[in-house]
Amino acid sequence: MTTVLRVRSPGLMTTVQDLGRVGYQHLGVPVSGALDPISLRAANLLVGNPPDTAALEIAYQGPVLMVEADSVRIALAGASAPVEIVSPDVDGGSELLGPLQSVRLQRSQIVRIGALAGGAVAYLAVEGGFDIAPVLGSRSTYTRAAIGGFEGHALRAGDAIPLTLADVAERQEQMLPSLDLGPQKRFRIVLGPQDDYFTQAGIATLLNETYTVTPATDRMGMRLDGPKLEHAKGYNIVSDGIAPGSIQVPGNGLPIVLLADRQTTGGYPKIATVISADLPALGRLVPGANVVFEAVDIETAEAAARQLAAELAAMPERIVAARREPTVDEAKLMGENLVSGMVDAREGGGQG
Amino acid sequence: MQARPQFKYLPAGDTALVVEFGDRVDRTSSGHVVALAQKLRDLAVPGIVEMVPTFRSLMVHYDPLRLRQTDLRARITPLVDGMPAGEQVGRRWRLPVCYDESLGPDLADVSARTGLSVADVIAGHSSVVHHVYMMGFLPGLPYLGGLPKEFELPRRENPRLKVPRGAVAVAMSMTVIYPLESPGGWHILGVTPVPLWDLSRDPPALLDAGDKVTLVPVSLREYEVLLAKAAAGELEMAPETQPEGRPSA
Repeated sequence: MTTVLRVRSPGLMTTVQDLGRVGYQHLGVPVSGALDPISLRAANLLVGNPPDTAALEIAYQGPVLMVEADSVRIALAGASAPVEIVSPDVDGGSELLGPLQSVRLQRSQIVRIGALAGGAVAYLAVEGGFDIAPVLGSRSTYTRAAIGGFEGHALRAGDAIPLTLADVAERQEQMLPSLDLGPQKRFRIVLGPQDDYFTQAGIATLLNETYTVTPATDRMGMRLDGPKLEHAKGYNIVSDGIAPGSIQVPGNGLPIVLLADRQTTGGYPKIATVISADLPALGRLVPGANVVFEAVDIETAEAAARQLAAELAAMPERIVAARREPTVDEAKLMGENLVSGMVDAREGGGQG
Repeated sequence: MQARPQFKYLPAGDTALVVEFGDRVDRTSSGHVVALAQKLRDLAVPGIVEMVPTFRSLMVHYDPLRLRQTDLRARITPLVDGMPAGEQVGRRWRLPVCYDESLGPDLADVSARTGLSVADVIAGHSSVVHHVYMMGFLPGLPYLGGLPKEFELPRRENPRLKVPRGAVAVAMSMTVIYPLESPGGWHILGVTPVPLWDLSRDPPALLDAGDKVTLVPVSLREYEVLLAKAAAGELEMAPETQPEGRPSA
């Protein structure tokens, strides 16, 4: 018997991602990894995985996946999306999975993830992770060089993603009552490394104006629209290294915040760098979202990194038993006169 | 003891620090970059995640939970004091390159732009020892310096959407070798059959910053033989053990 998740429909851009491929940037290999590592961690915790286990990163529109394994436990975290569990063997067998909670699925059940709302990405973790060999120490997909993930590419219809576990034990399902992913508007930056390539007016523009995320944004960079930033001495530098969150400004004066798939080096001046604690929230932004930058010093940025790490370390303590209240598609069941079946389903559930 | 090289720190957020030795492409700065990276690697400073040497600066990626930037600077400053002034000698390689016009579509154009004959373009390109300033743009792609001023060309006005794997190309008196098929705007002079990027190797990149590379012209026939060997995984490349070694290809 197979032990895979079969891709019925891939969604817009679904890739395998973990926390990234560290240690090969000096050879030109980008780090990649989850745009929103906080949500990746939450999804993993819900299914009992270590926080850095590779999961499916879903962008904008979710995939439809069929369970071709004895059973699998999944959880979705990040932007909210309708998660419909379809049981083809049961007439009208369809229920919606609540947000931030795990569920055990059986062979031939289908999970249908709809359009994401309130954020650009969500993460679907599976208990035990995917049985995919790491490439250079990571399972993250870097599609430009076809490195890592599932055969180096975003999921396609028909792909069979191997699961590590053929079967998962029945147990109390878990949920996170909340995950603070509210849209953030202010993002803290540290000026530099090339703030001297901009006029005082240019720096003031960056700090005082509001920018908008454009649809040209991808995993490599978030392209912003807004008032142009004035260069002081041209826009070509001798290529140097690129940090996560680097804000590079090419000749058109519009900033690009470099994200997970950023190139390792580049020849445009970088006016500032988004601090590490604010990068996950930035990675979640959708086109049209507004962004305001606020300059802080390194010490503030480091304190923010420590605070975020403490919050993430406390995340497991916030996980509770999932209330077994399947949000059955009541209208459908009513229409098929199966209300008693729904009641049975509730009675048969576990403890709250 | 040498005078301390001039350098400055440029902050790149709370997870990276730039140690910049100059604002131009030159061998002295590159030598300092490679030497500092080596010293930090040898010290295995806890909290340093990885380092990226570039033409004139070293980017140090670090974990702010384990290392604060003030402490990182305090570790680096004394290391720069004791650094040798001269260029570091990295590994030496001899890479076969076929400069046949069927594989070097821009030979004629470069000839016209430089005023050199095609034969002199090839001779000029293959007679110098190239210095690997850094790796970047694509996995395993080296930026090689060392060409004379004649090769100070702007990039092509119309970048190609597909530059073949192994293409050896020039612009701005530098050379790149494309390890993978990729878009690219440099002028293609030839192709090397040697895989510069191979995930079955450890490390997968053949070259690294600080290496020295001589490009050895080979005929189309030799190129095809070497390419077939490479495809079969039988083209073993090794750096020369002697500074003035013999061709290995």
